[in-house]
Amino acid sequence: MSKSKKGNFITGKILTSAIKGAFVKLNPLYMIKNPVMFVVELGFFITLLLSIFPSIFGDNSGNLGAYNIIVCVVLFITVLFANFAESVAEGRGKAQAESLKKTQKDTKARLLSEDGSETIISSSELKKGDIVMVYAGELIPNDGEVIEGIASVDESAITGESAPVVRESGGDFCSVTGGTTVVSDWLKIRITSNPGDSFLDHMIALVEGASRKKTPNEIALNTLLVSLTIIFMIVIVTLYPIGVYSGVQLPISTLIALAVCLIPTTIGGLLSAIGIAGMDRVTRFNVIAMSGKAVEACGDVDTMILDKTGTITFGNRLAADFLPVKGIDKQSLIEAAVMASVYDETPEGKSTVELGRKLGIKIPELRKDVVIIEFTAQTRMSGINLPNGTKIRKGASEAIAEYVKQQGGIIPDDLKKQVDEVSTLGGTPLTVCSDNRILGVIYLKDTVKPGMRERFDRLRAIGIKTIMCTGDNPLTAATIASEAGVDDFIAECKPEDKIDVIKREQGKGKIVAMTGDGTNDAPALAQANVGIAMNSGTTAAKEAANMVDLDSDPTKILEVVEIGKQMLITRGSLTTFSIANDIAKYFAIIPAMFMLGIPQLKVLNIMNLSTQYSAILSALIFNAIIIPCLIPLAMKGVKYRPMSSSKMLIRNLLIYGLGGIITPFVGIKIIDLIIAPLLSLIGL
Amino acid sequence: MFQILMTLLIFIIIVIPIGMYMYRIATYQKTFADPVLNRLDNGIFKVCGIDPQNGMGWKKYVLSLVLTNAFMVFVGYIILRIQFLPIFNPNGISGMEESLSFNTIISFMTNTNLQHYAGESGLSYLSQMSVITFMMFTSAASGYAACVAFVRGLAGKDKKNMGNFYVDLVRVTTRILLPLSIIVTLLLVWQGVPQNLSQNVTVKTLEGTMQDIAMGPIAALESIKHIGTNGGGFLGANSSTPLENPTIISNIIELLSMMILPGACVIMFGKMVRDRKSSNNVPNAIKARKSLFGREGRTVFVAMSIIFLIGLFVCYYAEMAGNPALVNAGLSQSMGNMEGKEVRFGVSQSALFTTVTTSFTTGTVNNMHDTLTPLGGMIPLLHMMLNLVFGGKGVGLMNMIMYVILTVFICGLMIGRTPEYLGKKIEGKEMKLTALCIIIHPLLILAFSAIAVATKSGLAGITNEGFHGLSQVLYEYSSSAANNGSGFEGLADNTLFWNITTGLAMFFGRYLSIVIQLAIAGSIMRKQFVNESAGTLRTDTTTFTIALVLIVYIFAGLTFFPVLSLGPVAEHLTLWG
Repeated sequence: MSKSKKGNFITGKILTSAIKGAFVKLNPLYMIKNPVMFVVELGFFITLLLSIFPSIFGDNSGNLGAYNIIVCVVLFITVLFANFAESVAEGRGKAQAESLKKTQKDTKARLLSEDGSETIISSSELKKGDIVMVYAGELIPNDGEVIEGIASVDESAITGESAPVVRESGGDFCSVTGGTTVVSDWLKIRITSNPGDSFLDHMIALVEGASRKKTPNEIALNTLLVSLTIIFMIVIVTLYPIGVYSGVQLPISTLIALAVCLIPTTIGGLLSAIGIAGMDRVTRFNVIAMSGKAVEACGDVDTMILDKTGTITFGNRLAADFLPVKGIDKQSLIEAAVMASVYDETPEGKSTVELGRKLGIKIPELRKDVVIIEFTAQTRMSGINLPNGTKIRKGASEAIAEYVKQQGGIIPDDLKKQVDEVSTLGGTPLTVCSDNRILGVIYLKDTVKPGMRERFDRLRAIGIKTIMCTGDNPLTAATIASEAGVDDFIAECKPEDKIDVIKREQGKGKIVAMTGDGTNDAPALAQANVGIAMNSGTTAAKEAANMVDLDSDPTKILEVVEIGKQMLITRGSLTTFSIANDIAKYFAIIPAMFMLGIPQLKVLNIMNLSTQYSAILSALIFNAIIIPCLIPLAMKGVKYRPMSSSKMLIRNLLIYGLGGIITPFVGIKIIDLIIAPLLSLIGL
Repeated sequence: MFQILMTLLIFIIIVIPIGMYMYRIATYQKTFADPVLNRLDNGIFKVCGIDPQNGMGWKKYVLSLVLTNAFMVFVGYIILRIQFLPIFNPNGISGMEESLSFNTIISFMTNTNLQHYAGESGLSYLSQMSVITFMMFTSAASGYAACVAFVRGLAGKDKKNMGNFYVDLVRVTTRILLPLSIIVTLLLVWQGVPQNLSQNVTVKTLEGTMQDIAMGPIAALESIKHIGTNGGGFLGANSSTPLENPTIISNIIELLSMMILPGACVIMFGKMVRDRKSSNNVPNAIKARKSLFGREGRTVFVAMSIIFLIGLFVCYYAEMAGNPALVNAGLSQSMGNMEGKEVRFGVSQSALFTTVTTSFTTGTVNNMHDTLTPLGGMIPLLHMMLNLVFGGKGVGLMNMIMYVILTVFICGLMIGRTPEYLGKKIEGKEMKLTALCIIIHPLLILAFSAIAVATKSGLAGITNEGFHGLSQVLYEYSSSAANNGSGFEGLADNTLFWNITTGLAMFFGRYLSIVIQLAIAGSIMRKQFVNESAGTLRTDTTTFTIALVLIVYIFAGLTFFPVLSLGPVAEHLTLWG
């Protein structure tokens, strides 16, 4: 499941299973779900009948036997190719599902009964609500919530990420996934899903394509294709009596050949493959889409709501400068700050020490006789009590100010100015005090991830507005927003605010995407049209979302949107290509059909195809082999580059519209040159 | 050529103000004529018990339209059957036969005006006035009302109200059709078209033979015949006779009167639907132009114009090229193919009239389409098969919008968006209805043609052998299904078979399309507006217009490629081969 699996779109194993699948899908009951290809199959059955009894419909002109057989075989191959395309797409999903299934081995679970005793049962017997114990080295039997304990868990089976993650009760890191392994310590887990209904089961079903439903857009496109098929069937059926009137008795197999060439078999054969492959591409990005509809909605996203921390910025605030208040020299501020941070393992602390070292401060040695004051959410400060009684603290400026006041100290006049200055710059001020004296401020800077600005520019180019949500004050938020290049921001944002923003945007008819992980994000994730939950997040969040990112990388929403668009573009482009092909096919088949009865019509044979049989068969063969030729495109998707909609339309119209008109002229001519001598050998 | 360009230029100049006027009427805005007409309208509403404030949903609107039309058909049928009574019947015309009455009444109610009779010998003045002229007004007003309701639906300003059919019907008649008809009638009378209730006049001609000269309320019928894109002539030879169309000037007047309202419908559409919210930094020049045309309307107008001009060009050059068979017989073709054309019009006025009458689905003719060169005759045939090059009153626009939806769907996908048009999403339901609507037209034309050439009673009507005979059949059904009404002539079509089949083609071609199209508008109307951004497919660009034209040619044109190649194309190749 790692990203390196991109690249080769087909392996030997997929190939064999796809070939097998191509034949299995010939079952008419299955084929009827794809009306376009069903018509081709029907044509195959009729020509098969004609191959055996050439005069069953009253045709008895000359050498039709061999001709009927060839048409029959080409039709058979056309259906096979279409089935093959679908099978390949499914095969790629199945290969991924296989690797997932391996992790789903039946494991033993230690069921904890109410009196605290453990019984060993099979994981498949676990029900929702059961409580189990999992110790180091054991597999977690099913999805659940940690209710006690803290442990590191290896989730590589699901995410492909080898570094273990910490799971603990309470908070946003309490959810565990079945099939992952506890590496250290132990966890007491309440099972949250019934057997066969776990996250892993859903994932397997999704990537296998078993639970695939046609998306709304796919249904609409299918309607279009079916109506085209009906129109062409009307053309073909009425052509027979009209031909008779004009003095041309058309062989049934020729009419079938024309019908198959005209109906949109190219897109009809590849449509479901495109859908499956689109889901598959998302999966390859380690994002599990709960439905194809969600991927499709991605293409329409107008507004993206992004958390600042973790998505736009690294979230680790790193020390960038020391700003002493008036009357304090910088040196003593740095010394105090470094002293307060030596035992601080947080990124803030480490970076303070690091910056101090750079500025030439001697790092004090670690000693045992100091008292370390840990950061708590209540005190909002941390620090150190030295053996000589000096108490150094660093923390939020209001907390420090309060602390200093309690100690009887005074607040320097310029502290507020320093703090505001840092905020304005988008930084976080950390005030440092020694006993009751405020020394100054550490300027912690939140760094915007590299390349974010370019990404947002790309999004803007395709018309997507980005809104950054942050708990920071408006000043800080504004600075980060302008640095990252987002279109809008919401400062001091509470989870409820997010849902308000989503509703407001949706009220304007916009499609909104967002990422989230916490339980309090769940309502917003459910409200958004595209909600991507982080795998590290809570079960509630994952259930509310319609996609889950296994790598818990919030920036991936950008790629997912592009994949959604790419899937739609691929569908549209191949439809255009398929329809544009009809022009050349008409010019191949119409003159061929009528040339014998109405010799004047040979002027329409602009490709100068050799004989009527070779012309019809060339068009039919072209129609068949274009399907496998386009499988790679259907799998990989049309190349997508962000650009304005008008530019993209022109580009794709030129490539797939104009290309679709020209390609078959060339292709049919080449096939004609090859098969004409062969056909003359068998007397056609 | 100069005459063609001048006519088109005048068309462009007058279509815009008329379009603006229609827009004001469709949206109940004030117009200069209100003080008089409001009283008249309110009087009519009071007498008929119509509450003008009472809006209708799409179903009620369609039902009102169909029922009103059905009632008119019923009354009209009876009048045709009893026209032998001596009321306004100075020429002593007898009652009309059953199947012909069926065909005629459907033909006029559906705005087709296919005529399997000759007016001078088949209809009394009572029938001409109370059935033919009356229906020319009401069928045109019905089509226009449907179009206005359709556009209101697309515009989606109101989620439930599509307007009131009866109000639209009355307002269109009193504010557009009647005033315009009066003006055009007077102009035609000025050019010498008769307008009286006298008996036919028998005169002694220069050659010394006796000839009946038709009389009657010709000018009145002539004006609404064109303004309402009806096309049914007072006389059998339609606008090619000097009595209906005496001069070049009357010819241009008739051309313009059939072009003006279908063109204006597109302008009205552009004004009514939601304009793409253009950013504020658009220069004023563009804004001014926008207010004239409406950007979405411009796309449709330009696409229609492109197809129209291509057709006109081909038709004109095919006719100018003349007929090689006649050259071989020693006749000069330097003036082009003049067979079946009036000397006072010549090739250019005839080619223009032919293309206009089939594009704007009027069906009036000023030359015999049967004697056009094969390719020249293919253009009117093709334009009726497309049935969206401006088209009949309102209906052409609605048909074109079907193809716009199709284009939006395909192009939308190509830029990675699920499709939307005019700020509304196009989803499965709309696609299903659109697809159904697009299928009807080829189904009617091809299926009936196939039946005609495969059955004895059908074959009996065909008077020409081979390719030309097929063209005749195709033309007859295309003309019926497109509610055009022009005839290729030469088809012996007043038989039970032809009366019934063309009657059915006209009926389904008209009502099925209108019902489905209003259903689409009704569905779009209820949708929420979606946001437009840089990623939205723009439907007001040149690229989209070109894509639209191509989709029309590929979808609608290619469907008919096989039969066209067996008909006109084969005939052309034989002639020139």
